[in-house]
Amino acid sequence: MEELFSIATKAIFIENILLANFLGMCSFLACSKKIDTAVGLGFAVVFVLAVTTPVNWIITEYMLKDGALAWAGMPTVDLSFLQLICYIAIIAAMVQLVEMILDKFSPTLYNALGIFLPLIAVNCAILGTSLFMNTKGYGFVQSTVYGLTSGIGWLLAIVGMAAIRTKLQYSSLPPGLRGLGITMIITGLMAIGFMSFIGINI
Amino acid sequence: MSVAEATAAPVKKVELFGKKERQIVKDPLWDNNPITLQVLGICSALAVTTSMKPTVVMCIALTAVLTGSNVIISLMRDFIPGKIRIIVMLSVISSLVILVDQMLKAFSYSMSKELSVFVSLIITNCIVMGRAEAFAMANKPWPSFLDGLGNALGYSVILLMIGFGRELLGSGALFGFKLIPQFMYDMGYVDMGLMITPPGAFILLGFIIWIQRESSKHYED
Repeated sequence: MEELFSIATKAIFIENILLANFLGMCSFLACSKKIDTAVGLGFAVVFVLAVTTPVNWIITEYMLKDGALAWAGMPTVDLSFLQLICYIAIIAAMVQLVEMILDKFSPTLYNALGIFLPLIAVNCAILGTSLFMNTKGYGFVQSTVYGLTSGIGWLLAIVGMAAIRTKLQYSSLPPGLRGLGITMIITGLMAIGFMSFIGINI
Repeated sequence: MSVAEATAAPVKKVELFGKKERQIVKDPLWDNNPITLQVLGICSALAVTTSMKPTVVMCIALTAVLTGSNVIISLMRDFIPGKIRIIVMLSVISSLVILVDQMLKAFSYSMSKELSVFVSLIITNCIVMGRAEAFAMANKPWPSFLDGLGNALGYSVILLMIGFGRELLGSGALFGFKLIPQFMYDMGYVDMGLMITPPGAFILLGFIIWIQRESSKHYED
């Protein structure tokens, strides 16, 4: 339990997927102009990450790893070079599945998330979390927690950014800095804020 | 018929590097840069730029994947059904990335360890998908090749600038060679540790974007 809590704090604050690992920047920059869209996209990412990370763990453990196919009577087969293409296919399929399930059971949430769901398939944060989960050698429960909390960290960053950018509209900036330029610099300042969590060990 | 063919052939050859083609390569280098103006592919641009060496490797890897995927998708553009084009593009791109990743593991293992997951993340690099969707799906292979090359070089320009700034300011070196002489340190010069950390990358890129937009007069409101 303690270990899971440690993974969670690390993923949300210390190694924030966006501010420390630079993943998911594109949609972060494109969708942080309004708080509503930022919250919608953030929750969609949390949802998809919480589903795809454990599924990718199962795929790696029982199909792709060296000797993982022992249960099928093929202990010498190593399919790990297929990792990337499998992960991206799983992510695309999962996003599609999540979209259909939401459409069926919760049309309000589906309409709120709207066009963001399909976009998530090409969000680097999703693929990145699966790949990091793999290099860190987590087990099933740890992977699930890691996926979920990475998503929460991303949600935190994008909502904070949207809040700052709403206020930013009233400021007078040099024309070349408007938009992307100032957003990058503010992201840097946010990252400095999050860096103060470094060294906290639970 | 044969006369028409004979006259048509040399004209086509001249067009290989005609004005339009040169424009396709030159445009994304600075005036319509994929990172600073189209806001594509920033994710990987920041993570690998702590020093010049991984930056250069990353640029080469992206150039290979982007030109390759643009040509292949352009060749296949008439056979790809519109509804499933995203997954087709993704499989083309991920096959190319797997190739690059395996080559890097085979020939330069330490570098592939240093870049860790970021070579794999070229799959979801928005530049590759964006160019495939916006250019390769609607153009012939040769212009698509040039477009891929131009955008990859535009990406590389910005990446090299960030890598240069971060390594020089952050550790006083370039490609691992010390550039700031010892007596400067003795006089009290200190490396700027911030540049090695993530916030340094964000802030440096912010300034590069500012300079780039001022010089190309492209303003957002």
